[in-house]
Amino acid sequence: MSAARTVAPFGRRLAPVTAREQHGAYVVLRCDDLEGPHPQAGQFYMLAAASRWGGGEGERPFLPRAFSVLRAHEDPAGGVELAFLIEDVGPGTNRLCELVPADGLLLLGPLGHGFEPPRGDRRALLVGGGVGIAPLAIWQDRLGADTPALLGFRDAPRAEAARLISGARIATDDGSVGHSGPVTDLLKRKLEFGGEGLEVYACGPPAMLEAVRLICAEHRSPAQLALESGMACGFGACFGCVVSTLEGYIRLCVDGPVLDASTLETVAVGH
Amino acid sequence: MSVTFCGIELAHPLINGSGTFDPIAAERVFGGELAERFPFAAFVSKTVTLDPRQGNPPPRLWELPGGLINSIGLPNKGLRRFLGEDLPRLAQLPVPVIVNVMGFSREEIAELVCALDERDEAAGIELNVSCPNVETGLVMGADPWELGALLNQVRPLTGKPLIVKLTPNATDVAAVALAAQEAGASALSLINTLRGMAFDPRSGQPWLGATTGGVSGPAVRAVALAQVHAVAQAVEIPIIGMGGVQRGEDALDLMRAGADLVAVGTESFRDPAAALRIAAELDQLLAKSAI
Repeated sequence: MSAARTVAPFGRRLAPVTAREQHGAYVVLRCDDLEGPHPQAGQFYMLAAASRWGGGEGERPFLPRAFSVLRAHEDPAGGVELAFLIEDVGPGTNRLCELVPADGLLLLGPLGHGFEPPRGDRRALLVGGGVGIAPLAIWQDRLGADTPALLGFRDAPRAEAARLISGARIATDDGSVGHSGPVTDLLKRKLEFGGEGLEVYACGPPAMLEAVRLICAEHRSPAQLALESGMACGFGACFGCVVSTLEGYIRLCVDGPVLDASTLETVAVGH
Repeated sequence: MSVTFCGIELAHPLINGSGTFDPIAAERVFGGELAERFPFAAFVSKTVTLDPRQGNPPPRLWELPGGLINSIGLPNKGLRRFLGEDLPRLAQLPVPVIVNVMGFSREEIAELVCALDERDEAAGIELNVSCPNVETGLVMGADPWELGALLNQVRPLTGKPLIVKLTPNATDVAAVALAAQEAGASALSLINTLRGMAFDPRSGQPWLGATTGGVSGPAVRAVALAQVHAVAQAVEIPIIGMGGVQRGEDALDLMRAGADLVAVGTESFRDPAAALRIAAELDQLLAKSAI
């Protein structure tokens, strides 16, 4: 990965929440990052609520939470408007989903390095699963709205988030929308029939990413995978977010979160 | 707020806890602003061992009410590459560098201390004695005799300040501290993390890849105060106090307990610039208490 990353201001900063939108099972949270630079697609931020961060389920959260940026637009009034896609799955996401306009969001970022442009004259194909579709939206904004996307969700309420990405083909686990089955069925078909010259960009649950990695390897299609790992800091201090690569453990926060599939022996599934 | 610690001039009394900040990685993330606004008055390195270490298998973190458990396992490049690659870069920081080392025997620690003694970039050496001596089976920092024997061997090897990082997982920390002072330690730092554990609520299995880890954050602050207080009653040498510092008030409390310097650790994970804020708060509190 060669492109220079966008450097983050040192220290976390307060960004007022400007909008909260419900997209089926997900929340899109928008905020005004007055000082921040424009992030690269695939970069992430550490987020925390400015008030009542703690005291939730089990007296948590304590640490900020990592989120890939969903969208970023220059704000005519100055700064950058950032959007994040959040699914309420625990005490941290639960508190973030409660935020409403004018509430304060503490953020640090942009962090990590993002997606690289397709190699040579390859065309991009976006493959997303669940809340992992987030970095594909900003990447499609950069690449062009006609960039094809295959998106997988558990059910219809979650599949409503597909409207965040243009022209997506949808798969659901319960068959309620689009193809019934994993999104990797659609990827397999795409690569088998006229899939030459594609570069795959994928983000989603570990089992999906591992399937994408195997399918792309079989079809000799390059793939860039945006991984997730529990992290305390997001800037290389805690060494908590390591993932196993062919060269040993790497810190996903500073050496990822986007990794070339060829650097991985496997995408670890489990925790 | 400038202070002198073991002969080292520091702009203020706040430093980092070992293993809670990586300026080389942070420079990639934050660019030149990191050096311009470097938050610590001295930088303590992550633990360096003789041989390279990969660290523990993930998962390595578990969030707690007011803190976290980490089981990182001291991943590092090993002494040779640290001296060749990292120490020259750390020396570019605008503050003095203290190198934290750990060995699995007295001979290993002696080798680490000798190698660092030759390097001008290291203003001091901190000994992580929270691991067992493979030859005696005793945790070096948990037993007064074991720690005294270690210092008797390594103290003569360097004229640099030798700081002993004490483990809180000891029966009588003050007795260990006193043994360190008697054997020539220049200063003490405490507390290291408290041993802790968590279970995966779904599988019922231990969550952390290494089964247990170290608890840090505000959850351990009261323990830190009590241990710093007990050690300060027992010794004359300077103390670096740490454990759950989030605000200037927390730093002041550790100083009231007997700390000369205060280290920020887990709070830097939540905000890399936290120590700047804490130093400003402490400055105000000290000015107020001086009146």
